[in-house]
Amino acid sequence: MATKTLTFALMDPPYENARSTTALRLIDAAIRRGHDVNVFAYEGAVGLPFARQKAHPNAVHGRDAEEEDHPLPREWVAALIAAAAAKGCKLDWVNCGLCVDERGVDEAIEGVRRGTPGDFWTMAEASDNTLVIPTRS
Amino acid sequence: MRALNIIEAAYRGTLEEQDDTVVWISHAMSGAGAELGVLLRGSAVNYAVKGQDASGLAFGARRQRNAPAIAEDIAALPGKGIDVYVVAEDLAERGIESAEMVAGLTPIARGDIPRLFADYDQIWHW
Repeated sequence: MATKTLTFALMDPPYENARSTTALRLIDAAIRRGHDVNVFAYEGAVGLPFARQKAHPNAVHGRDAEEEDHPLPREWVAALIAAAAAKGCKLDWVNCGLCVDERGVDEAIEGVRRGTPGDFWTMAEASDNTLVIPTRS
Repeated sequence: MRALNIIEAAYRGTLEEQDDTVVWISHAMSGAGAELGVLLRGSAVNYAVKGQDASGLAFGARRQRNAPAIAEDIAALPGKGIDVYVVAEDLAERGIESAEMVAGLTPIARGDIPRLFADYDQIWHW
């Protein structure tokens, strides 16, 4: 199968609904098949790679932070970036800069860059297809 | 390349943003050279209604000075080369008459939407 370039536009913030995890599953599947992936994180999705996310203990489970090993979306994004590099394909993650400023989440993990809607258009134009995964009420 | 933005989720965060984020990104991408169309469906067809007034929001002494004016933002799209379509059945279900809509929009029957899709390379359903 020929390598494709796919663009995803994400809107949901972390820890709100399953769409974010589903989006990362799709990105993971694309990378596993060696496809190049672009992500334009819009609105709340710019929080997904926020570097200051912290794991916490879970008293209900009776586990400390290490035992709980709480999932952090920034770690998932970092893992996907590493997986793309290991596979020899590309994961270009662009955070909408204005959305970052609105939310004060201007510390992103390594490998995430700041951009504009113009970047989204450029990525989509250079892609085989684009999937928008928007926020729903 | 041409892309069609389908807007369905309406009035989501519009008071905080002072606009609709997908209408906004359509304007912003157009400025970056994008060739776009917009289709309003579901509750978002209400974006076409003129005379909306969201002003007056205040919390304590903090007053909002620039309330969203989404109908005006929609009305400005055709002037940038962005065709705006509105699903006719969704207008009818909400009792919205054409005289209540801002100028320059094109009602489209649900059955004609597949033909509209054929005019675009990518369909983005927000």
